[in-house]
Amino acid sequence: MYLRNALCAATALTVLGTTGAIAETITIATVNNGDMIRMQGLTDDFTAKTGHKVEWVTLEENVLRQRVTTDITTKGGQFDILTIGMYETPIWGANGWLIPLDDLSESYDVGDILPAMAGGLSYDGTLYAAPFYGESSMIMYRTDLMEKAGMEMPEAPSWEFIRKAAAAMTDRDNDVNGICLRGKAGWGEGGAFITAMSNSFGARWFDMDWNAQFDTKPWADTLNFFVGMMNESGPSGYATNGFNENLSLFQQGKCGMWIDATVAASFVTNPKDSTVADSVGFALAPDNGLGKRSNWLWAWALAIPAGTAKEAAAKQFIEWATSKDYIELVAEKEGWANVPPGARTSLYENPNYQAVPFAKMTLESILTADPNKPTVEPVPYVGVQFAAIPEFAGIATEVSQEFSAVYAGQQTVEEALAKAQAITNDAMEAAGYR
Amino acid sequence: MATQHSRSAARLMMAPAVILLLGWMLIPLVMTLWFSFRRFLPNRPDIVPGWVGFDNYVRFVTSSAFWPSVQTTLIIVGGALLITIVLGVLLALLLDQPMWGQGVVRILVIAPFFVMPTVSALVWKNIFMDPVNGLFAHLWRAFGAEPVVWLSDAPIFSIILIVSWQWLPFATLILLTAIQSLDSEQLEASEMDGAPPLSRFFYIILPHLSRAITIVILIQTIFLLSVFAEIFVTTGGAFGTRTLTYLIFQRVLESQNVGLGSAGGVYAIILANIVAVFLMRIVGKNLDA
Amino acid sequence: MSRAVTTRRKTINTVLAWGIGILIFFPILWTILTSFKTEAQAINDPPLFLFFDWTLENYAVVQERSDYMRFLWNSVIIAGGSTLIGVIIAIPAAWSMAFVPSKRTKDILLWMLSTKMLPAVGVLYPIYLIFIELGLLDTRTGLVVVIMLINLPIIVWMLYTYFKEIPGEILEAARMDGASLREEIIYVLTPMAVPGIASTILLNFILAWNEAFWTLNLTAAQAAPLTAFIASYSSPEGLFYAKLSAASTMAIAPILILGWFSQKQLVRGLTFGAVK
Repeated sequence: MYLRNALCAATALTVLGTTGAIAETITIATVNNGDMIRMQGLTDDFTAKTGHKVEWVTLEENVLRQRVTTDITTKGGQFDILTIGMYETPIWGANGWLIPLDDLSESYDVGDILPAMAGGLSYDGTLYAAPFYGESSMIMYRTDLMEKAGMEMPEAPSWEFIRKAAAAMTDRDNDVNGICLRGKAGWGEGGAFITAMSNSFGARWFDMDWNAQFDTKPWADTLNFFVGMMNESGPSGYATNGFNENLSLFQQGKCGMWIDATVAASFVTNPKDSTVADSVGFALAPDNGLGKRSNWLWAWALAIPAGTAKEAAAKQFIEWATSKDYIELVAEKEGWANVPPGARTSLYENPNYQAVPFAKMTLESILTADPNKPTVEPVPYVGVQFAAIPEFAGIATEVSQEFSAVYAGQQTVEEALAKAQAITNDAMEAAGYR
Repeated sequence: MATQHSRSAARLMMAPAVILLLGWMLIPLVMTLWFSFRRFLPNRPDIVPGWVGFDNYVRFVTSSAFWPSVQTTLIIVGGALLITIVLGVLLALLLDQPMWGQGVVRILVIAPFFVMPTVSALVWKNIFMDPVNGLFAHLWRAFGAEPVVWLSDAPIFSIILIVSWQWLPFATLILLTAIQSLDSEQLEASEMDGAPPLSRFFYIILPHLSRAITIVILIQTIFLLSVFAEIFVTTGGAFGTRTLTYLIFQRVLESQNVGLGSAGGVYAIILANIVAVFLMRIVGKNLDA
Repeated sequence: MSRAVTTRRKTINTVLAWGIGILIFFPILWTILTSFKTEAQAINDPPLFLFFDWTLENYAVVQERSDYMRFLWNSVIIAGGSTLIGVIIAIPAAWSMAFVPSKRTKDILLWMLSTKMLPAVGVLYPIYLIFIELGLLDTRTGLVVVIMLINLPIIVWMLYTYFKEIPGEILEAARMDGASLREEIIYVLTPMAVPGIASTILLNFILAWNEAFWTLNLTAAQAAPLTAFIASYSSPEGLFYAKLSAASTMAIAPILILGWFSQKQLVRGLTFGAVK
């Protein structure tokens, strides 16, 4: 009996020995988005392959950002892997707060990551976070309503067309709004949308000397156009609608068009949640003929904070979660339409995925966004719907609150822009840019 | 009664609580004061922290958001106090009357107090106040009215409503206990005298409740001044719902300017103390009696 | 005739009180009902009250996503630990304030309360840095200490008001009989103050259970209580009312049930000295 126990123990030891590593428990902070929750559900596959266990800290996006930022700036070391975006990665990478991902294994095939994503997640040519999924933004519209309105959506429409189509599709009696857009305060919500939209109107956040540009005509044009269109054809209370609110409106058939993240395409075409799944069309985000469209570029990515004691295990996890195999695993369980999109070139070359209706438009949208040259006029910053400087999140949240107050009818466009100008210049002065 | 011996024993027994709280107050306070005079931007390691004198204080107070935030704080605290106390007194009077199933009613009334602020904010925001799928929207539409967009059309009112819902049970319970302690003979006597109910209320019940009301004000003010989750979840500080606490949160966590936020923290302490001194005066008087 | 009037009044009172009670309780009731609906039924217009296909699916989804028992256990430890330690520290302090009052007693009491007015966000960075130094991040110990300190003023205040109602002569008598200070507190004072202490414990347990700022900011995975559990359900993608309701019900159910069972004790003592 004793002998058998001893034997068992010995075997167990050898097994451990051959896998070559001690089983660790890594703590991962992540967003409560659908794709991440799916990843959480598939953790067992990772544990089976590597022996490492995973503790999940799943938080709502805004809460996550604050938790993770506090932890990394104070070197709290509570997490071994952070879920961060294109905004944080280059800044934190530059500060030396993230471990460079320059030694990932051959089979992982770093070169397969879409160049737009790899570029946005690198600093000085070094990758600091691996994209879990990438997105741009595009138009999702109801083909049946478009037809009913007697119009046809071009592949690359202009804002004028969108406004006209929205008005034509609006049918208040039947609770159909021509267009649903984000108006919710927060730099990652309505702030991201209006900034990306302003690019196509020729606006920019800063001139080359970091002076705020809200006193310029393109910004006034952007806001006036947005408010005008939403008042004509938008849902009531759009000032509090963010991604999630609009998604649920669209899924319930209450929106004719919705311009938002490309990842939403898989949610609105999923018959399980969406009542309009079989009548959704896609088009590029609108422009004004100035050479820039209004689509953004974003990736949710996994990064390892410097100072973690479990670097090796963390890297193994990142290689697992952002690998081609993981995509296959999800495809097998949930179908190709539900795999994390926008991260790898090979996915878009895969015939199985090419059959997914929104694959082509997603890729095209991603490819037309250029974070290095996001605006019509030159700017000193990188980033399409944000400026990759540490101060931006704070400033843009306050600015977008002023804008949301316009959407709610509490102040005029002029008042909001004047306040935005003051807020931005004041903060930039405090941070020593001006 | 108190001997020298018991006096020193008393001091000794008070010591742990006093020392702990002194530490809990002083250590963060000193650190906050220290930060408030420094340039401290955690996400800008390239900027060397240094002394900046009163810069942070001046910047915080001259920002266009400062005075509105003080105003919002006072409106939310004042509004919630007013609602909870007026409704609390009425509800307590009602619950004091003879009725069937009083125990069950008390259970129903007390329930909101057990709900954590985050949950109540989430539930109110989504399930009730949502302009499309919320229960209020359904109700409004059922009567043919255009649904109200609560969080942008009446943002401060909505937050006061949520907060009042949470604190009404507390106020009601304390006031109820106070009413129950009222000498019923006294009341009956006045009833015999033919005093109308209204004057009975104003001349006998309300004065009797004054002490309970001040205590409700004191305790609730302490908690209401730091209301945070309700705003964070519902409006995120938009639409003029930014309180001083929330403004500090934005400076410290969203803008990552700890120096500026700390200066704001010092202002908040000053504001809290003004309110406190004001309250303590009233309560202090009532405590002696 | 007089009797008829009282019955009528009683009926009116009953109807009115029940109406108001149900109105106040309704948000919780609705949340609980919604948690048993499917997502589509949850937003149905007109709203479905009782006649829908009751389902436990949402609870299964929530449980699958997060290990509820672990969050629950952390909540119990943090709320229970902080309350008990707080009461143990507060009893002697409240005793001395109530029975050996000095000129400064009231000032000390009010000062204690004023420490609660420090805005938590303002001191987050200092506390976070201290926690890193002491290795207390994401530990239940750290949270027990912080929550205890936050509630200590309330605990002292409540106990003080109960102790003050106990006539000093009884203690005097015990002292005459040769009871030591310790014995006096343990054998004479505490039993008399049991209702008050029970009420204090209950109220502070509730406050600690619902504390959502420090518990969220100072924990990650190991020590995260139910307040962190709910933070991952706040606005996920797609329809989520039913799942949010299920998570909310799970987060508040333990304290709601505890509160209801013990409401007599809670109410009896909840006076803060409001009644003389």
